[in-house]
Amino acid sequence: MTGPAIETRGLRKAYGRTLALESLDLRVGPGEVVGLLGPNGAGKTTAVKLLLGLVRASGGDGTVLGRPLGDRGARARIGYLPELFRYQAWLTADEVLRLHAGLAGLPWPQQAAEFNRVLRLVGLADRRHDRVGGFSKGMQQRLGLAVALLGDPALVILDEPTSALDPVGRDDVRAIIRDARSRGTAVLLNSHLLGEVERLCDRVAIVNRGRVVAAGTLGDLLGEAAVRLRVTGLPEDRSPLAAFGPLAAEDGWLVIRPVDPERIPDVVATAVAMGGRVHAVDPGRRSLDDVFLDLVRRDGPGGSA
Amino acid sequence: MNLRIVLVVAQLTLREIVRRRILWVLAGLSVVSVALVAWGVDRLVTLSRANGINAYELEVGVSQILILIAFMFSFVLAMSAAFLAAPAIASDVETGTVLAMAARPMHRADLVVGRWVGLGIVVAAYAVGSGLLAVGVVRLISDYAPPSTAVALGFLAFQSIVVMTTALALGTRLPGIAAGAVTVVLFGLGWFTGVLGSLSSAFGVQSLAGLGDAFRVLFPTDGLWRGVIYGLEPPQVVVATQLGGRLAAANPFFADSPPSLAFTAWCVVWVALVVALGAWLFRRREL
Repeated sequence: MTGPAIETRGLRKAYGRTLALESLDLRVGPGEVVGLLGPNGAGKTTAVKLLLGLVRASGGDGTVLGRPLGDRGARARIGYLPELFRYQAWLTADEVLRLHAGLAGLPWPQQAAEFNRVLRLVGLADRRHDRVGGFSKGMQQRLGLAVALLGDPALVILDEPTSALDPVGRDDVRAIIRDARSRGTAVLLNSHLLGEVERLCDRVAIVNRGRVVAAGTLGDLLGEAAVRLRVTGLPEDRSPLAAFGPLAAEDGWLVIRPVDPERIPDVVATAVAMGGRVHAVDPGRRSLDDVFLDLVRRDGPGGSA
Repeated sequence: MNLRIVLVVAQLTLREIVRRRILWVLAGLSVVSVALVAWGVDRLVTLSRANGINAYELEVGVSQILILIAFMFSFVLAMSAAFLAAPAIASDVETGTVLAMAARPMHRADLVVGRWVGLGIVVAAYAVGSGLLAVGVVRLISDYAPPSTAVALGFLAFQSIVVMTTALALGTRLPGIAAGAVTVVLFGLGWFTGVLGSLSSAFGVQSLAGLGDAFRVLFPTDGLWRGVIYGLEPPQVVVATQLGGRLAAANPFFADSPPSLAFTAWCVVWVALVVALGAWLFRRREL
């Protein structure tokens, strides 16, 4: 696949007078992991449902895997884990996979090997003959991932895939998503867990009140690198340090922003050479949490659906 | 429509009914009901013979009991069909189960038709199975064999399929409980307007008779129920009732003729139209 896995232009959805999605411009390249971030009610799940044709757009347009939104041919190559999902409690994990393999048209001879692959991937190989009704929420989420990854899709859409998982489970999911990316699968990760997105995504789109308020690589969004030093004993003349970048004092920390991350060891060495006693060094930039909260608060709280 | 997906969904529906023990509960209830009926018929036949009731009179009496048993089964079947079919799609939507399925490369109509096929097999099998059991037990005890068991059970199954189809189609847009309740009300209204229509016809009140006929076209369960009666009643009852005048002919448990071929064909078309309507409603639904 050479074109974008997902491309939308001004995608809009209204339920009566309620505007769920005002205007979504989103692009997910092939083999790219893109995070869709936003507060509750921002329109993330509506966006996903529009991409899959589960709801009809009120305006705008888009393509998924080069086909119009909701196209059945495209859906054959998409794996989807819904946010509020529940599989048939009276089926076994194996039977849930068989059902979805049947619906997806996965050739019969490939099914057994494919079930083994995805069940092993999500750590449910030894529970494949157990009924889903006996699964914990986390195990059901793992099964949902297995269903989404069935048939090696070109695009996987995961709506809050780690919401019910413990730290081990979340780490497993991160590994699964990285594995999918390495196989060339594009992933749209819909999440409100910023740490998750920060660790996994090549690009992020922040949605608030039904539109994208910021989008780009993490580097773009998080802005310039900085270093914070907790240092005592520095002379009044701090010009040697100012050579690395603008200086500022913040809450007892000496901050240089922006700074070339490669030169942080030199900053520390210079401070020591100036007679300073360095107690702590905090290299980094604004966290995604900071960026997200700033954007959402500036834009106004809450979404409409 | 994709036949492969229809069969996958039909198989899922059958498995659900078996796994959730719904079928076994219904079968158990039928066995208990038939056992009670057997006891009642056995007592009636034994005690009536002791009282000198002749074979002809006994046959007429048993045939009427059999029709009442069929009525009870038709009611149970209608309720079962309504409450099996109403949540079949509605609860999948409410729980979100349908999201992952509808995102697959399928027409939503495949899901509706697949559900209809699976439920239709169960409902028809249950109607025929429980009906055969009741007729067989009554025959064993009383020696009364209805003139056309196959016709009676065919119409009984058809009536249940009409009820199931209605509930399934309504469940594509309404919550399961609402769809089930509306279907039961329609079934009740169908029977009521059928009885009203028969009485009106017997008394020459043509406007009301027309109302009954119109409702029978819109919701054909009562018309099909007449087929069940006709298959179970002996010819001598038909003759005796026809000689019995207006009141006898207006008896809601009497049918002087089977449903016409045109009406039966309309019922087939009706079912197809309602399934298509359900598929269209479900396709339009925002999930």
